Amino acid sequence: MLAPSPKVADFMAEPVVEFRNVSKSFAGQKAVRGISFHIDQGEFFSILGPSGCGKTTTLRLLAGFEVPDADGGEVRIHNEVVNHRRPYERKLAMVFQNYALFPHLSVERNVAFGLEQRKVPKAQIADRVRGALDMVRLDPKQYGPRPPAALSGGQRQRVALARALVLEPSILLLDEPLGALDLKLRKEMQLELMSLNRRLGITFVYVTHDQEEALTMSDRIAVMDNARVAQLAPPAEIYERPRTAFVAKFIGESNFCSGEVVAVEQGGLVVKRADGNLVAARGGDGRAIGDHVQISVRPERVELALPSEGPGGHNRLPARVRQVVYRGEMLHVRATLGDGSEMVAAMRNEGQLRQPVAWQAGTECAVTFSPDDARVLDEDPQ
Amino acid sequence: MLPGTVWLLAFFLIPLLFMFAASFLKPVTYGGVDAGFTFSHYLRFFEPNNLAILWRTVVYSLACTALCLLAGYPVAYVISVAGKWKNFLVFLTVLPFWTSFIVRTFAIMFLMRDTGVINTVLQALGLISEPLPLMPSVLAVMVGLVSGFLPFMVLPIYTSLEKLDPSLLEAAEVLGARPFARFTQVVLPLSMPGVVAGSLLVFIPSLGSFVTTDLLGGGKTVFIGNLVQNQFMKVGNWPFGSAASFVMMSMVLVAVLYYLRRRDQAQAMGA
Repeated sequence: MLAPSPKVADFMAEPVVEFRNVSKSFAGQKAVRGISFHIDQGEFFSILGPSGCGKTTTLRLLAGFEVPDADGGEVRIHNEVVNHRRPYERKLAMVFQNYALFPHLSVERNVAFGLEQRKVPKAQIADRVRGALDMVRLDPKQYGPRPPAALSGGQRQRVALARALVLEPSILLLDEPLGALDLKLRKEMQLELMSLNRRLGITFVYVTHDQEEALTMSDRIAVMDNARVAQLAPPAEIYERPRTAFVAKFIGESNFCSGEVVAVEQGGLVVKRADGNLVAARGGDGRAIGDHVQISVRPERVELALPSEGPGGHNRLPARVRQVVYRGEMLHVRATLGDGSEMVAAMRNEGQLRQPVAWQAGTECAVTFSPDDARVLDEDPQ
Repeated sequence: MLPGTVWLLAFFLIPLLFMFAASFLKPVTYGGVDAGFTFSHYLRFFEPNNLAILWRTVVYSLACTALCLLAGYPVAYVISVAGKWKNFLVFLTVLPFWTSFIVRTFAIMFLMRDTGVINTVLQALGLISEPLPLMPSVLAVMVGLVSGFLPFMVLPIYTSLEKLDPSLLEAAEVLGARPFARFTQVVLPLSMPGVVAGSLLVFIPSLGSFVTTDLLGGGKTVFIGNLVQNQFMKVGNWPFGSAASFVMMSMVLVAVLYYLRRRDQAQAMGA
């Protein structure tokens, strides 16, 4: 990747954080292999992936708890290489997974801790602590003098947030901060974090394994798999145009089918399945006739039709309904295709008590979907 | 009843009751007790010469505790960050317990006496012509006490450092705390339970020492323990020895109860 020349940089917003081909190994095992990305000022940037994918190591490299390998690229903050800078030299703020509040200090003293380290005058500290507690909607009078142990999980979470925000950092790192909260509180905090990000203009770097959380809050998501960034894009693109099978599977549910390329068209391919049916799909640049490819279609983009009807110009695969699963707001109809593989069609529940759907186990049908909703996937890197 | 209970009853509680009774009875010249109630042994404990011994015992024990803390905290800290060497270092810490306390005290005598290792080596090197009067002395007593009780300080501090959540250290660091500030403001306060426990574990047995002071202090540095021992083994005044023991014991008990109450209050506060 080319660095922007100083002249260009004057006009462009400089990235706040930049990873250039960063690698980190532990005992010979690559936890992060050659990842590159940049994060813009004020962005809500999420790093999403299953446990062991390298997302936490990535965040720790940014925080300064880990140093990249000797030949492991560059971590840059505000365009300065910080590979060997200690965390206390980086002027970041961080919210930890378990909050990491100091148990021997009151809520106020916890929030004041960072300001004291930065030698902020005493008179200012009291004001800023109060301000930070107000910002996270904890009454400073009531909660300030309490020890963290006397607070609920949600309140501790707010203290941890206040302790980070009081420093007025330009970058806030969050390591699965909502993992320990119950669902309702988590939703509430998600919205609050989003509004703090917009209001304060602080760059958020948010690590999570919860795909829904990442989709809800992020401007962009880096999906990590096997120590690499599998895809980096805004939520809609991640969900609607997953680049690899891993991304398609990890974010939401997906139907997969595979076959051999028989035609290359503008912006897409036509693939012949093993059962002889043709499927048209978008993407797949660089693929040639004869290549074996995998295609992903989201269940809610799949429709079922009676064998005799259905929209024209669509991919159409004969199938038989195997099972109808009631999921509340959605119904999932699972259908078996000619080759024994299965596809799921998700449809809105229009009220099963009022008017049940016609689909029942055993019904002959056709699975249809628009070529625009079918994506050719890249191979997962080995 | 559990074996432990039986053991405690037979060898601890019952003898203690005998001693308690003896402390109010009349002495017999060559040991033993005679009938008749008296409170005089307790009053005698508070005579000036005995108070001087008490004072010395307390001051030296405090000094011993302070030295163990100064020496033991860094050791415990190093063990807690030693990674895969931890278990081995803990093993080394408890290794002295494989030999008896008396044997270890004799070992220090062999090191420090006029013809001991230290003096012999220094003389052989020509650094000194006459042996240094290392022993008997207060210094030798302190060396004996500190080396004997050091593991009792190291282990509880190590345990509390080991329990320290590493994310707290990282939080301190990311909040701008440099290593020194991180130690004084986070590590040290959070290892205080270990420091207090270790201090009690050193201070209490130090108060009761008599072998070390006897062997390394040459009878000059008398502790309450020596006073008690003399009453039983030499002077033959069992009631006074018993009374002195009980005074000591109740003082330790008060100190421990005070500590426990403070600790419970601190825990109730959630700190």
